[in-house]
Amino acid sequence: MIEVIDTYGMRLLAGLWTTVELVAIATVLGAALALPIALARVARNPLLRWPASAYVFVFRGTPLLIQLFIIYYGSGQITAIQDTSWWPHVREYWGWICGIVGLTLNTAAYTAEIVRGGILGVPHGEVEAARACGMTTPVTYRRIILPRAFRIAWPAYGNEIVLLIKSSVLVSTITVLDLMGQARTVFSRNLDLNSYVVAGVMYFAMIYAFDRGWRAIEARINRHLGERTDARTKRVFESGPA
Amino acid sequence: MGERGRGPDGNMWDLLQYGDQGYGDELVRGALYTLILAAASAVVGVAIGLGLALAKLSQSRGTRLLAFGFTAIFRGVPELLIMLVVYFGVGIAITRIVALLGYASRVEVDKFAAAAFALGLVFGAFASEVFRGAFLAVPKGQIEAGLACGMRRTQVFLRIRMPQMWRFALPGLGNLWMILLKDTSLAAIITYDELTREARIAAENSGEAFLLYGAAGVIYLVFTALSTGAIGRLERRADKGVRRA
Repeated sequence: MIEVIDTYGMRLLAGLWTTVELVAIATVLGAALALPIALARVARNPLLRWPASAYVFVFRGTPLLIQLFIIYYGSGQITAIQDTSWWPHVREYWGWICGIVGLTLNTAAYTAEIVRGGILGVPHGEVEAARACGMTTPVTYRRIILPRAFRIAWPAYGNEIVLLIKSSVLVSTITVLDLMGQARTVFSRNLDLNSYVVAGVMYFAMIYAFDRGWRAIEARINRHLGERTDARTKRVFESGPA
Repeated sequence: MGERGRGPDGNMWDLLQYGDQGYGDELVRGALYTLILAAASAVVGVAIGLGLALAKLSQSRGTRLLAFGFTAIFRGVPELLIMLVVYFGVGIAITRIVALLGYASRVEVDKFAAAAFALGLVFGAFASEVFRGAFLAVPKGQIEAGLACGMRRTQVFLRIRMPQMWRFALPGLGNLWMILLKDTSLAAIITYDELTREARIAAENSGEAFLLYGAAGVIYLVFTALSTGAIGRLERRADKGVRRA
């Protein structure tokens, strides 16, 4: 174990950094994509609702590994990409870019469902009250529904990010040297399982630290609720993945 | 076996044909292996999950701690990592034991067994929380009633808690099944010939990545869609005897 850390510690740390980077970027982009999808999912207009539902169905119904392969190997099939003037510059990072795209599209679908659940979880009385006060729909969304939905969805959203951290290992199959990719490289050299054990401990620590931080923020954004506990803000992490 | 792929006048879609000309039969076989692997992992996972749930509800503090620790580890570490450690780790361990006995041969672990065991461990860790919640959801009054009727603890468990627990566990288990179905694709990485692996071989041989991974994706979509329907029906059936407010 010490040997592995001694010889390959820096490699694994570099991998850890790549993982953090990938997850952070995919989380932000995924959230940005998830909000319009969720709003489209709860819209009355079927022209908005249908494409959003189809998107969620496809990305939640197929394995991330297949999605990554389609993006990575599929883009390799399009010769037009390799003919562009910018290809030589991005070529080296192509796996990384495809990884970001895949993780983002995937997490956006799951996040959209969580946001939708949050929106539907807002008590109807509050929405009616806003209407009665004369708020228009966009104002109601901005002031009442979304801030409330955000708090309701917070714990489930944290679980989704944990699942994203765990599934980010799959980018190692499309040449990205994230923590998993580095661990696999080290293992292929020395056939010593300790590289996996060290990587496993690092993943575990990352997820544990994230979960702690997330819960602290949860307590903070709900502090105005005092001691009252809302049944909906119960941790989903404790009853299995959403 | 004939040369597969697009001939000079061939059509891309011919690659999905059944038989020597296309990869249709390979994909169907892979899909079948995917289902078998998912089913086997679920059986292993339910067994592990039940055991862990009982350990978590145990009177003994040590047993409880052990079970919670086990759950935390298998939920906080990526599934692929667990699968690789099981696949290579068990192989290395057995090889060492065999070497101690005086045989110098490398032992290969069965890919299917390694994949099913690894996926089962993860499924079990998550399922244990589902089962624990389900056991606790059985009204306490019924357990007391059973004891008052003179049943022993094991009888109360087998006749009252166990049969009713399933109804509460069903939605959670359904969720886990959907996740498991998609996670079987990880077995492709240890080269077990399930759907993703068959699609990958076909895509590499033919160069048509979009088409073949797309076809595999469609098969997965069918599986998840059918599962959603089946789970809904099971839940309605299990709730048949329950009065709704």
